[in-house]
Amino acid sequence: MTSADLLVPARTPVAASLVAFRALLARDLTVTRKNLREVVPRTLLQPLLLMFVFTYVFPKIGQGVGGAVGDATGSFSTLLVAGVVALAIIFQGIQSVALPMVQEFGYTREIEDRVLAPLPVSLVAIEKIVAGAIISFFSALLVFPIAAIVPATPVNLEIDWPVLITLMPLACVMAGALGLTFGTRFEPRNVPILFGVVVLPITFLGAIYYSWSALEPIRWLQLAVLVNPLVYMSEGFRAALTPSPHMSLWAVYGALTGFTILFTWLGIRGFKQRVVS
Amino acid sequence: MSAEPDEVIRTEQLTKVYPGDIRAVDALDLAVRAGEIFGLLGPNGAGKTTTAGMLTTRVIPTSGRALVDGVDVVAHPVRAKQVIGVVPQTNTLDRSLSVWENLYFHGRFFGMAARVARREADLRLEQFRLADRAKVPVLALSGGMAQRLMVARAIMHRPAILFLDEPTAGLDPQSRIALWDILGELHRDGQTILLTTHYMEEADELCDRLAIIDHGKLLALGTPDELKRATGADTFVTVSAPGDLDAMATYLAQHVDGVGRADRVDSTVRLMVRGTQGVLPAVVTAAERGGFTVTDLSITEPTLETVFIDLTGKDLRE
Repeated sequence: MTSADLLVPARTPVAASLVAFRALLARDLTVTRKNLREVVPRTLLQPLLLMFVFTYVFPKIGQGVGGAVGDATGSFSTLLVAGVVALAIIFQGIQSVALPMVQEFGYTREIEDRVLAPLPVSLVAIEKIVAGAIISFFSALLVFPIAAIVPATPVNLEIDWPVLITLMPLACVMAGALGLTFGTRFEPRNVPILFGVVVLPITFLGAIYYSWSALEPIRWLQLAVLVNPLVYMSEGFRAALTPSPHMSLWAVYGALTGFTILFTWLGIRGFKQRVVS
Repeated sequence: MSAEPDEVIRTEQLTKVYPGDIRAVDALDLAVRAGEIFGLLGPNGAGKTTTAGMLTTRVIPTSGRALVDGVDVVAHPVRAKQVIGVVPQTNTLDRSLSVWENLYFHGRFFGMAARVARREADLRLEQFRLADRAKVPVLALSGGMAQRLMVARAIMHRPAILFLDEPTAGLDPQSRIALWDILGELHRDGQTILLTTHYMEEADELCDRLAIIDHGKLLALGTPDELKRATGADTFVTVSAPGDLDAMATYLAQHVDGVGRADRVDSTVRLMVRGTQGVLPAVVTAAERGGFTVTDLSITEPTLETVFIDLTGKDLRE
């Protein structure tokens, strides 16, 4: 046995791939941990401001919006909680997966080295989704207390654990896959377009500030926003966290699963196109 | 076709055609033996990087085969990646990690236990004289240090073959020599190395054997000495004179002993001469006898550059 055998035990490609996958994940989580001072504020600020303005400032200054809705389903705060959690997850998917990847593909080519790790290229891409999902998951946990504490009007929580426990991972993986798709398709110079033209409509029309069913009077919009994955996340969390009216869970799970498959496929394809010629 | 026992790289009719019918690599046959430093020498765009890309799984061949350490890189890319180490042309160090972490995580990607990866990272930093930079971010490294770290990273997992793509391009002369020293040390320890370069001095200094390629095709293969001898001349004598240079070339070829070839090159005549003993006086005497006035005379040992000019009729420099 040579010294090389001792350094790196001989492994089958499958075993080597699993080990490399775990190590890539450890690398991504280490980087996130090292950057917590940036990650935490960027995760917290948006939901904090949203909750603060809509559910603290507005009720205090007597603005109609944000006040008590006045029906049995609870206040606007209750409605917004679900949307804010969903928003945090989808934002984190974009910020933790898409943005670094745009840089790594565009300027630094760092990704080329990780592609040389002993695992299939598609697994390097999937690792990115998993890392994004884990980071999104912790972001959601971080955001949740804000949603409960900040509002001036009461938040009426009613947690449906089976839905929450299944929806959380699904939403997080979807966000990671969306991040991978964006990350492989945008050039560094197009990042402003990513935010201005893609992310902005997703967030504004993502059923964060209103439930999807409330769009009934604007039927065309109600139908148009169905292409927006955030709608299903917001509605899903509405079902998981609050007694507010929400979209059918069949639609929520079905659409989120579909989007997850679609974006995973698009993301892996885009990733391969960028690193293998 | 079976590989020789000590062969660690083999390509058979390896071809890459990019869209637009660009033949980057055209039916390349190569064999690299264990323990040698093998150079792919050629001008920019000759197909060196594409060849290295195919051998390292990042470029999928259009046709032909490539084997590294007996593993078909197309059929078994993961297995192939386990046995290669790669230093690409651009700095691909992980900017989000420190110098030490770059090595540590590389070891982990390749399946080292955490304890082993820690120890090896320390050792490599010592070996490559980067120990005092262990904790700094990689962006704080100079070009030469970054390149050393990339080599250290590439050999962390003890690859059977180390690939270096234009390893000294953009390095200052001092860093270049430092890197040559490092590669020399690795070579003495038995590391098989394949490098691409368009620097003749680098190929001459480092490589046991060379493949000269242009337009994706193999033009010549051998040790630097063999290649130089293959030009059929020991030395080049360049003669400047006014008047009919074509006539002078013909005259000198006939009247100077040992002249293998005489060509008019721009406003000079270039002679390929076997043996340098007394050649300069002989050229001057013969030229004067033929009625030509020599205004300048220079002698050049054959270099890989002259080999390349001889093979392609063009200069190796960009």
